[in-house]
Amino acid sequence: MFFILITGLLLGGTYALIAMGLNLQYGVARIMNLANGEMLVAGGFAAFWVYTAGQVSPIAALIVVAPVAFVVNWLIYRIMLRPLVKRAKSRGALEVDSILATFGLSFALVGIMSWMFGGGYFNYSYLAQRVDIFGSSYGQNRVVAFAIASLIAAGLWLWLSYTRAGLNMRAVAVSPDSARLVGIDVTAVSALAFGLGGAVTATGGALISMFFTLDASVGVLFTMKALIIVIMGGVGDIRGTIVAALILGIAETFVARIIDPGLTLAAAYVLFLGVLLFRPQGLFGKQPT
Amino acid sequence: MARVVLEVRNVTKRFGGLVAVNDMSFDVTQHEVLGIIGPNGSGKSTMINMISGTFPPSAGVIRLNGQDVAGKPAHRIAQMGVARTFQLVRLLPELTVIENVVAGAAFGHRRRWKGEAERYAQTLLDRVGLGGVMNVPVSSLTYINTKRVELARALACEPEVLLLDEWLAGLNPTELQTGIDLIRSLREDGRTVILVEHVMDAIRSLCDRCVVMSSGCKIAEGTPADVLSDAEVIRAYLGADEDA
Amino acid sequence: MSAREIRNLILSAMAFGVVALLPFYDTGYILSIATTMAMFTVLATSWALFSGPTHYISLATAAFFGLGTFVTGYGFQTMPYWSLPLIAGVLGAGLAGLVGMVTLRLSGVYFVIFTLGLAELVRQLVTWVQNRTGQRGMYVLTSITERDIYWQLLGMAALVFLVGWLIGRSRLGFALRIIGNDETVAKHSGINTALAKVLLFMVSGAAAAIVGAMLAPRYIYIEPSTAFAPILSFQVVIMALLGGTGRLWGPVAGVIPFTLLWEFISRHAPNQTLLLLGLAFLLIVYVLPGGVVGLQARLKHRFGQGGH
Repeated sequence: MFFILITGLLLGGTYALIAMGLNLQYGVARIMNLANGEMLVAGGFAAFWVYTAGQVSPIAALIVVAPVAFVVNWLIYRIMLRPLVKRAKSRGALEVDSILATFGLSFALVGIMSWMFGGGYFNYSYLAQRVDIFGSSYGQNRVVAFAIASLIAAGLWLWLSYTRAGLNMRAVAVSPDSARLVGIDVTAVSALAFGLGGAVTATGGALISMFFTLDASVGVLFTMKALIIVIMGGVGDIRGTIVAALILGIAETFVARIIDPGLTLAAAYVLFLGVLLFRPQGLFGKQPT
Repeated sequence: MARVVLEVRNVTKRFGGLVAVNDMSFDVTQHEVLGIIGPNGSGKSTMINMISGTFPPSAGVIRLNGQDVAGKPAHRIAQMGVARTFQLVRLLPELTVIENVVAGAAFGHRRRWKGEAERYAQTLLDRVGLGGVMNVPVSSLTYINTKRVELARALACEPEVLLLDEWLAGLNPTELQTGIDLIRSLREDGRTVILVEHVMDAIRSLCDRCVVMSSGCKIAEGTPADVLSDAEVIRAYLGADEDA
Repeated sequence: MSAREIRNLILSAMAFGVVALLPFYDTGYILSIATTMAMFTVLATSWALFSGPTHYISLATAAFFGLGTFVTGYGFQTMPYWSLPLIAGVLGAGLAGLVGMVTLRLSGVYFVIFTLGLAELVRQLVTWVQNRTGQRGMYVLTSITERDIYWQLLGMAALVFLVGWLIGRSRLGFALRIIGNDETVAKHSGINTALAKVLLFMVSGAAAAIVGAMLAPRYIYIEPSTAFAPILSFQVVIMALLGGTGRLWGPVAGVIPFTLLWEFISRHAPNQTLLLLGLAFLLIVYVLPGGVVGLQARLKHRFGQGGH
């Protein structure tokens, strides 16, 4: 039981990072990015590639993966999504357009990745030794991935809470119109948030590839999990995202160990359903009385 | 004694820790035009939103013809006879002018459909002065004409109570006079209207009675002339100016 | 009924009559493609009945479809064949009703996500149950030929068009157009928006489940991973949007070219079907918003033909 809890927490830590990426994109840039999971897979592929080709540690690879993912996502926002924001007559129209466009992007990326890397599974063995925590042993790679994810998440939270740029970003998240009135360049901040979100997600992908077998088409599964976490935690709520990610990690591990590994998504769905029914505003969202 | 159409009793609305409307009570009698006035942020729109069912009150009772409507979903309240316009005009952009009005007639308090609904919509468009532009897309309308369409849509529900949320806001002086004349003609038809308004001229010339709100509370009630000379009302308005 | 409506009705009936003669001409490859087209015509048209006016993008088609195939899979030996599509329809409508009640009160994004995972959720549950009972896939061996399936689907298509036409003339159809334009206005005009949306979603869910039940004999062997393949949901969305949801005939205009293109790509470059899917989505958003229907309207407008 304790073992499940720790394994779940370790998994949830990485989930939190991935969901934070999506939350930045949806909460600030107002784009529900359904190609988010493909960014994750791309990050994982990059880590796999540098490790198998050059024996470079996946952690060192982050130094390249994160900036490249930032630039790619920034460009995606400026070139593909900004025109949609501009032409949208309403929030609803933008929602439909961005869902379709990012779905298109998602499929195109899967197509390109399976063309480049083939349709097979990717895994590699890095830090595969076991470590003992409270008498049970865990994969070292899981523990390291958790530690790095926590560091990045904490850094992001500090940055959002205590810097000028972070304040701008939170202002746009709360109200783009008011942010514009006080002189914030909403377009630039949105592009920045979108790029940053992509970088965070790709980083999560590189970390998760250390202990999880990826293939070109698995992205959508992670998109779905990230979405469930974001909705469960509340859009734009970092604390909620972290708690929701940990809950999901534990719930999945529990179901996989006790009931059936084939039911992990079903577990995520039960949680999702509960949130939709009882707390559609998110775990910590304010409920109007 | 005129019949009371709408009763508001001890209605309170809290958003988290903020009390937007605090223990409000007032009546609206048949054929009356009641103004709800007050400084910005005093809770007028929140009051309108509770009456029309956008959200439920936290406490209190709202009765329409004796039936409790507080907390009922908006569509039920609309069917029971409350129609409204919106502070920022909301038209149905993909529908033509006449379809926008039929939308009110088809599902509202007295339901009409097909030919009957269209004939009724035409009558109402003539009534608000839009007889000539029935089949155009709403995107081609001028600002005051979008307001007219919205008014016709609300009238098409044949409501017991009509709620106008700053219907005159944003009009230029000529349009304003047209707008005031239009609402006056509704009053002469014997409609029951709640008017949330900032334009003082309109309040003076249109309202039978006024309820003044400040910080969510009722601070005065009476004829426009009385309440507008009330010391506390003047203080509320001037005080709000100082804050702003 | 106006003269124009009667004319359209006669033309549609004639078109159906001609299309129904196809099996007498060919029972091989052409019939096989035509059957696929008929299947997507029903799926995309019924999808558009709900998603067109409301702008809610449903990705649940695969879930309803898979449910339908399993109804036939489990029932064809013990129950009369004609009852299976009916049972599938009832179950599909029921599932759609449940999903709709939970998600349709909320914003569009929640709905998309929920429906996206629904097929996978049902697949995982079915697989789990099968594993526990020691069952794998199942054979659906019947005397039903491709020709029978084709005719069944055509009948279903005619039914969906009829239902769509009736809804379009009804208060319910008008209510959905208002909801798609502005849900707040719809509520304050007296429309029970949640009920209207759930009802229409049930119609499209039932249609997809019936199609699944009709097609099960074509697959011969059915198992969860193929019956609930999520790609079907995306194909349906693309075809419907490519054609355009503004008119009843719109989705068909997307079904025909996309089925042919898909067939071509999966024969000659089977690994590139996902890329095709992605590019088709991007094409719809950036080049053809409103689909063929929208394009036709713009051309008509530009050349001033036919008035409005």
